[in-house]
Amino acid sequence: MTDLTDLGVAAIRDGVATGAFTATEVATAFNTAVAEANDALNAFIVTTPDAALAAAARVDAMRAAGEPLGKMAGVPIGMKDLFATQGVQTTAASKILEGFTPEYESTVSAKLWDAGAGMLGKLNLDQFAMGSSNETSAFGNVISPWRRPGDTAPLAPGGSSGGSSAAVAARIAPAATGTDTGGSIRQPAAFTGISGIKPTYGRCSRWGVVAFASSLDQAGPMARDVTDCAIMLEAMAGFDPKDSTSLDLPVPEWSAALSSDLRGKKVGIPREYRLDGMDADVARVWDEGIAWLKDAGAEVIDISLPHTKYALPTYYIIAPAEASSNLARYDGVRYGLRDLPQGAGLQDMYAATRAAGFGDEVKRRILIGTYVLSAGFYDAYYTQAQKVRTLIARDFSQAFEQVDVILAPTAPTAAFALGENSDDPLAMYLNDVFSVPASLAGLPAMSVPAGLDRNGLPLGLQVIGRAFDEQGVLDAGLALEQRAAFSARPAKWW
Amino acid sequence: MSVDTATVAKIASLARIRVSDAEIEAMVPELNGILAWVEQLGEVDVTGVEPMTAVIPNTLRLRDDVVNADPLTGGDIRDKVLANAPAAEHGFFGVPKVIE
Repeated sequence: MTDLTDLGVAAIRDGVATGAFTATEVATAFNTAVAEANDALNAFIVTTPDAALAAAARVDAMRAAGEPLGKMAGVPIGMKDLFATQGVQTTAASKILEGFTPEYESTVSAKLWDAGAGMLGKLNLDQFAMGSSNETSAFGNVISPWRRPGDTAPLAPGGSSGGSSAAVAARIAPAATGTDTGGSIRQPAAFTGISGIKPTYGRCSRWGVVAFASSLDQAGPMARDVTDCAIMLEAMAGFDPKDSTSLDLPVPEWSAALSSDLRGKKVGIPREYRLDGMDADVARVWDEGIAWLKDAGAEVIDISLPHTKYALPTYYIIAPAEASSNLARYDGVRYGLRDLPQGAGLQDMYAATRAAGFGDEVKRRILIGTYVLSAGFYDAYYTQAQKVRTLIARDFSQAFEQVDVILAPTAPTAAFALGENSDDPLAMYLNDVFSVPASLAGLPAMSVPAGLDRNGLPLGLQVIGRAFDEQGVLDAGLALEQRAAFSARPAKWW
Repeated sequence: MSVDTATVAKIASLARIRVSDAEIEAMVPELNGILAWVEQLGEVDVTGVEPMTAVIPNTLRLRDDVVNADPLTGGDIRDKVLANAPAAEHGFFGVPKVIE
């Protein structure tokens, strides 16, 4: 019999629907795989095998009764621990939320359960999604299933959705949710040889997602291939009146319309993304991607996005500013940690609680955000950054008058070793150089695995599309996927 | 612009995060490194450019003005609201005494 953990979303759903296997068999296989791997990978903060089995039993009963099955029926998934899950601890990988057990379910996770998915557990991440290596979690580093040949040094799975990327790459989950503020779906997908899409800002409800930077935060799927991402995104997206920035638009049937025939399409290659001293393997894979899209029928055009170099500094003003405001809610009163020193008053309790509960990177960003929003500095930093953000978005809209999608690398390098970049915050921030611009412009963007570097580690290519044109992004992603024929997978060492 | 120890202490106080003198000393060069880097935005000509307010054009909606329009965010759920409070008492959030 097929090893069920080798199957992705579409194969599991179709196999359950046709009766090739039961949803319960699938859930059991993945529960076992998670239990075997989690001590080594630390991908899950908590596992919920009973929830996975209960969801599977519901799907099996529905099939036996001849009821229609949902888009994700019988597919057990990992849920990033940034989504509130009713009755299951939700921490954002921070001590300040340890033990927090929501009384409600996030819109995105509720939609996935309604579509027939089940939960394997809550996935580890960078604390409050602030990081690019999963080293800021209060619950320990996630270890990538990938290793350099002949070397056991633990590698970063990317971040912030590092538990998600590690779980999918290790085949202990067929798919997982991610969230992307500046690249947190795309960069970990690239580091681990999987696919992931951040849809247009507003496609997926932010209700019940622990907030980091609300004008940037967007949920999306992470899975083995483009088709699986399309299916899962259909289940996650949709209007939600509880999110004031939710898009009131119908959800297209992206998976049904997928086409890798790019004849008549124009692909832009942004010259500002070709950095001095660019990693040779990243440049090679990018050139291969250009050739693949030409082979798929697309016309390739050089374009300019002149404000690209300002995207990262813009992001590192706007995101900390929004975070400092959003994270003001952690006060030791309503939920989460309380640190009440002997004889302390209310203000001392706030300060002690936040000192004990937040990790170093979270504190660093709150302080930066507080500073750039403070009286006397607001215009010089925050207003200036929002103006430059307008220019960055304008660069894209002008480019999209000429082209249908943009092709670029996802990240400047393959995965680095844990600890390699953690001493220098600025060096870590540079990981998001190619992913942040599309985030600032709210555009759909995805990463697909494209090849291996000289150390045998995965490299991703990124497709950026017009607002609302997830279809164009997925189609170009599929054309890349078919030609890259990426089949490498990490050897099982856990 | 750069920050010194007094400024970092003031920011930390505004942000309600207790920091030791040693932590402040360590943060000063880190924050100055980040601030020096983001200051390159000052060289961008933004004459006549409006600051971004919404990345995707959208209009803010008002919900229907009725009680419990959405049961998830409506009323009559006091115990659920308090369920995760570290020190709920008598149906309220408990805090240290604030009146002398």
